[in-house]
Amino acid sequence: MTAQETFEALAARFPQFELEYVEGKDPAVLVKGENLLELAQHLKTEEGYDYCASVTGVDYEDRFEAVYHLYSTNKKGGPVILKVLAAREDPEVPSVVSIWPGANWQEREVWDLMGIRFTGHPDLRRILMWEGFEGHPLRKDFPGMKDEYTFSQPSGEQEHD
Amino acid sequence: MTELKTDTITVNMGPQHPSTHGVFRLILTLDGETVIDVEPVVGYLHRNHEKIGELNNWIQNTPFTDRLDYISPMSNEFAYVLAVEKLAEIEPPERARYIRIIMVELNRIVNHMIVVGFLLNELGCFFTPMFYCIRWRELVMDLYEMTAGSRMMPNYFWIGGVAADLPPRFLPECKELVAALPGFIDELERLITDSEIVQMRCKNVGVLPPDVAVAYGCTGPLLRASGVPYDIRRAEPYSIYDRFDFDVVVGTVGDVYDRYLVRIEEMRQSVRIVEQALRDLPEGETATPKKRKFMPPEGDVYHRIEAPKGELGFYLVSDGSEQPYRYKIRAPSFVNLQALPYMCKGYKIADVVVNIGSIDITMGEVDR
Repeated sequence: MTAQETFEALAARFPQFELEYVEGKDPAVLVKGENLLELAQHLKTEEGYDYCASVTGVDYEDRFEAVYHLYSTNKKGGPVILKVLAAREDPEVPSVVSIWPGANWQEREVWDLMGIRFTGHPDLRRILMWEGFEGHPLRKDFPGMKDEYTFSQPSGEQEHD
Repeated sequence: MTELKTDTITVNMGPQHPSTHGVFRLILTLDGETVIDVEPVVGYLHRNHEKIGELNNWIQNTPFTDRLDYISPMSNEFAYVLAVEKLAEIEPPERARYIRIIMVELNRIVNHMIVVGFLLNELGCFFTPMFYCIRWRELVMDLYEMTAGSRMMPNYFWIGGVAADLPPRFLPECKELVAALPGFIDELERLITDSEIVQMRCKNVGVLPPDVAVAYGCTGPLLRASGVPYDIRRAEPYSIYDRFDFDVVVGTVGDVYDRYLVRIEEMRQSVRIVEQALRDLPEGETATPKKRKFMPPEGDVYHRIEAPKGELGFYLVSDGSEQPYRYKIRAPSFVNLQALPYMCKGYKIADVVVNIGSIDITMGEVDR
């Protein structure tokens, strides 16, 4: 099934979700955050997309985009790609860990580096940066380019003389 | 008889522990010798690879990917250049495609040799099997060195081809190696597979049922050992994998022993693929004309390959400039490691290290 056909089937099944088709080399389905879980559950149980390969976030400066790449271990063929938009200020996307437990660490990584909060995540802590680190380094406005970043000690630890 | 007072204790393992495959920490909750819970703590090797990747230009990122999973640099480069080629719609010449397959499958053999060697290390058989395997890895490294000039950080794959044609010595030496490898793999199996100690330590240890493996997003030999015949080379053939004849190896139980057997058999299958690629290797160009300034069109792509450790995917976003706008790596070790707590619960402390070895992680790729 091509991405276009997958999208049409999903749009016919969930007309109330107002899904959008995103053109591109890898065409995607744009879904609203509040409808993500229901759509994801349908894709997993009805369509057999049991494997969530990748969860990632992109900072487009005016908005954040969470991107999901879903595959099936039983069927051949390409992925279903879901995209969810999130506001630039305090971005929030529902967590899909209850549907694909394998998304756990990847969502933590996106929270850690990109600062998208996954609501309903069982254990949303930093994973790669240290505890007490401030900011989200993969954001485009994070200092770090051209030595703008100054290192600060994590709170609770004493500085060495 | 008085009842024994028991209590669980929490033990910290790592980050500097000889068997943790890098700087990697585990917080173990123990009831005597039995593991109740495991919490992996990662990030000690984090250098924000993805942010640096956004500052590099597209071409500079190819050698940078070598530093992810440093055991299999060719596979990392392969995944990255395929993703960029998909984005920019570049078709590499036929000869380059075959050379890439030869390099990547040799890399899989190297990776599995190291895993098998380290697994025996973790079982307490220090370094004799390891060096036995590494001896063969050296022969592959020699091939890399004569072709790319570097053994571990080859920077051999280019966007649109490979950096240089094979040197004249490569083909005879590679053919000799490929002819000798099956004999060595048989020998390795004779030494390890039937060993009673290996069987007692590995059979029914760290069992990962197929549904759990899929739920955790496991890929690669870890998933196939659980009996799920999912190999991206088959499920979504990329490059020219649809031209080769090979079997997808699966296990039955999903324990450490099955993961070992799957890797041994995958080495044999990789030998088969290299043999076919050497047989069919065409003459001709090895790269499309190189550009000093490479700027792919706007868009986003995800491309994944079956790396030796599992699904290695690159999600790239281009805004039409010289640098990637987003450069995300879906690392197999990082995702597979999530299954570790499940695999360790209920087994002994000594099995934790064996389980880590059987997942096959490289911290360079987990922490990025």
